[in-house]
Amino acid sequence: MDNRRWLWPSLLAALVITSLMSVSIGPLQISPSVSFSAVINWATQLDLGSVAPHEQLVIDNVRLPRTLLALAVGAVLAQCGAVMQGLFRNPLADPGIIGVSSGAALGAAICIVLFPQGGEYMVALSAFIAGLATTLIVYRLASSPSGTSVVLLLLAGVAIAALAGAGIGLLTYMADDMALRDLTLWQLGSIAGAQWHYVILSLIALALVSWQFNRSAKALNALLLGEAEARHLGLDVDKLKLRLIVLCAIGVGISVAATGIIGFIGLVVPHLVRMMVGPDHKQLLPLSAMLGAALLALADIGARSLVAPSELPVGLVTALLGAPFFIVLLLKQRHRLV
Amino acid sequence: MMNQQEQDSQGNSPTVQVSHLSVRIGHKPVLTDINLTLKAGQVTALLGPNGAGKSTLLKSLCQDVEIEAGNIEVYGKSIAHWDRQQLAKSLAVLPQHASLTFPFKVHEVVEMGLYPLSLNQQQGKRLVAEQLEQVALSHLKERSYPTLSGGEKQRVQLARVLTQLAQSEMPPILLLDEPTSALDLAQQHRVLGLARSLAHEHNYAVIVVLHDLNQASRYADRLVVLENGCIVSDGIPSEALTAETVRQVWHYDPVVVMEPGKQTPLLF
Repeated sequence: MDNRRWLWPSLLAALVITSLMSVSIGPLQISPSVSFSAVINWATQLDLGSVAPHEQLVIDNVRLPRTLLALAVGAVLAQCGAVMQGLFRNPLADPGIIGVSSGAALGAAICIVLFPQGGEYMVALSAFIAGLATTLIVYRLASSPSGTSVVLLLLAGVAIAALAGAGIGLLTYMADDMALRDLTLWQLGSIAGAQWHYVILSLIALALVSWQFNRSAKALNALLLGEAEARHLGLDVDKLKLRLIVLCAIGVGISVAATGIIGFIGLVVPHLVRMMVGPDHKQLLPLSAMLGAALLALADIGARSLVAPSELPVGLVTALLGAPFFIVLLLKQRHRLV
Repeated sequence: MMNQQEQDSQGNSPTVQVSHLSVRIGHKPVLTDINLTLKAGQVTALLGPNGAGKSTLLKSLCQDVEIEAGNIEVYGKSIAHWDRQQLAKSLAVLPQHASLTFPFKVHEVVEMGLYPLSLNQQQGKRLVAEQLEQVALSHLKERSYPTLSGGEKQRVQLARVLTQLAQSEMPPILLLDEPTSALDLAQQHRVLGLARSLAHEHNYAVIVVLHDLNQASRYADRLVVLENGCIVSDGIPSEALTAETVRQVWHYDPVVVMEPGKQTPLLF
């Protein structure tokens, strides 16, 4: 009860602070107060005067889109993770682990290599379609009358990730140099070189999934009782599941198209939030969105400053943090898996 | 309101009317031409050996299995034509196993029963508190559900189901699927006693699948015995549960005695 009261303001504060850090930190150090003015300048099209033109340029074209993209994708992935765990009634579901991200990445890669003139929106669209197909396949493979089997779910994820990896591998042989660079980045996940197209697309996805998921929060709670029980409560379970699966595919598809595969945000964040406020989706979803946004922005700051002047792909950073967490979860659940 | 045309001598009106119901699972016929009228104010127990079709009958009443032929009417309207959420206010199911692994608190689980209702937050909270009181679990309302014992979980689920039915405009229909299988002796009698008082004092139609014939005999007003997907015996306990029936259906030769001072047969 008490947790819920302080969690909202402290997550909001964390969000603001990481955002400000994210626009300030980089090869060109800009002080937080100057960055803040620069962001206000950008938003209002005014000139507060304290910002040098080159600093304003860096913030407008590099830091700000990059920060916004990290925030939006983090928030989308965390919420999609939370919803998938509810949908599969399984706390180990995550878009990366069960293969949805890999599927979406294959979709994006096909579009980049075979239809290079398609542009960003085509890439996002094909990532969405492939992500949707993958989710449906995984769901089919893993579901049984008593819920979804963890073992089948994880194995389906392994199989699909292998297939998608092979597909992307094949595509690298056909790719030209430009596409090849994109493909490599995709598989590791990176927010560097964020483009405004993708920022806007991700923000739209964020608004859509946040709105729709929150509308379904009570239904998601009921779904955790079991599908039959949820039906007996008057839910149209099949319609709900389909709607949520499509929304997850939109969220993950657009995220993957924009940044490549960024794993573990969807796994780690909802778990952390559940530890603090419990599994009620009315709290879980908005708090996961905030924590996911802050965490990915933080990971991105790490990605660009740990090996400066070079950069790590952010997917590498989230994997370094998330994979051990996943192993701990597996250990805790071990008795239920065998 | 409810269907008044077929009131019997006790003034109980039919809430569920099953006519010529047949259900097939795979290629195997599980229920064949079942006709049954269930009334409010009564506990009806469905009995029979494993595979007789009693659970399937219960499942067809809550649309968990597909009907091959026949019809089920609830309050005079075919069950398939009901709006799900509307029907959920009057027809609820207590699951046999509630496999909720996420660490919801007890009161949050009961609050899920508010789903089909339209109550504001305060009314909802009050209703949930009342139902927790009724199953004597108010002291556990902040506890995490997965940490409860089997019996406590069952009672939480019962409170959730009663919450769901609290606003019913018709006599509520409560389906219980082997509600005593996870409970110890005292709890078994407590749950069945509650079911009985809901029927007798609050005009619920309670339909319960039971394995224990003596429990059925003591708590149900009416017993329906199934064998191979057909009803072979139907009536008050002393008529429906005779030594002859038990021999025929369960292939077991019982000793039947009447409970002292009552009309309930007990089997040994």
